[in-house]
Amino acid sequence: MGQAIDRRDFLKLAGLGGAVFVSGLAGCAGMGGTKQEDFYFVQLSDTHWGFKGPALNPDAEGTLQKAVAAVNALPFEPDFIVFTGDLTHTTDDPKERRRRLAEFRAIAGALKNRNVRFMPGEHDASLDNGQAWKEFFGASYYSFDHKGVHFIAIDNVSDASARIGEAQLAWIKEDLAKQDKDARIVVFAHRPLFDLMPQWDWATRDGAQAIELLMPYRNVTVFYGHIHQEHHHMTGHIAHHSAKSLIFPLIAPGSQPKRAPVPWDPAQPYKGLGFRGIETEIQKAQYEITEYPVAKA
Amino acid sequence: MVPQRRRLLAAGIAAAAFGARAFAQERVIRVTARKFEFLPNDIELKKGEPVVLAFTTADVLMGFSLPDFKLRTDIVPGEVARLRFTPDRVGSFEFVCDNFCGEFHEDMSGKIRVTA
Repeated sequence: MGQAIDRRDFLKLAGLGGAVFVSGLAGCAGMGGTKQEDFYFVQLSDTHWGFKGPALNPDAEGTLQKAVAAVNALPFEPDFIVFTGDLTHTTDDPKERRRRLAEFRAIAGALKNRNVRFMPGEHDASLDNGQAWKEFFGASYYSFDHKGVHFIAIDNVSDASARIGEAQLAWIKEDLAKQDKDARIVVFAHRPLFDLMPQWDWATRDGAQAIELLMPYRNVTVFYGHIHQEHHHMTGHIAHHSAKSLIFPLIAPGSQPKRAPVPWDPAQPYKGLGFRGIETEIQKAQYEITEYPVAKA
Repeated sequence: MVPQRRRLLAAGIAAAAFGARAFAQERVIRVTARKFEFLPNDIELKKGEPVVLAFTTADVLMGFSLPDFKLRTDIVPGEVARLRFTPDRVGSFEFVCDNFCGEFHEDMSGKIRVTA
């Protein structure tokens, strides 16, 4: 707890203090008097290793390494790091897909923190139902517990139709059944679970079923990627926070009729790209999100 | 043939004929989906006019989704996917491929313009 306070104080003093988000019903019920240790984790997303497009990112072959260096240089070591999908940019060629996954894994291997969780995005997994991705990173959906928080990683991309699917939904239901209704639950996904912008394919076709399963739980927060920008949304008491990309930003949802990337600005290189640190204050089910830029070349 | 079965058969034929007639009255708009575009990708319809959108692809599994009207279908190679549609409001509405089909999947979209 002391270290967590130090971390928050440091971030505030460094002008990096993040936005604080509280799970909708937090405070209605405590943790049964048990004292929990706060912790800190890092989310990176949409690295799209293998992408080529100088107008959008002339440093496509160097941005991921810079992000890895920036995470390694954080003043406080995170408990763990999660990549929420689109590790690689898609390709029709299965050999090239595996080459990109291997290169990505090697670059991510330079992270000092060895507790790294990976998830697929549609660019990694949708063309072969996640087959190549699983060869490198194992199960595409899973859950784990960390210091009093139950984490669930949902795969809403291996099915090209952006479905979680009946089998995985049944697994989520079974996994949640083991949790108290007051449990602190954090969900990781690649696509938004809610209909953010179906006109831009920013949705999960059966995401509403996952949200319905999560609804009885009072302290649920979702961290996702896919839309290449920070975005915050509530479905009832469930908070959804999307992360920035590490390749190019996309325009804000609904700001134009058609989805479009934001071109690279030579005057402000890496603008709109970044990763985030999440300070988890368990007792209050509170998440303080600090957005970090990619270091300039 | 027993009378009851004959009546059922006649009713079936009449229903089929009615269905064919109803179908024939609707304008059919053929849309080809291919990597990574719809042809045509700018479709003009009239409010209240029933149409049939008929989709084909020779590539891979594609999708057509018109979220503003909650209308969608898979487009399976070698098959014709038909959607009957009567727009009930004017405006410009984006449609997308909603089955991930490759590198430029995100660019695969179009619009339906509904006029009065």
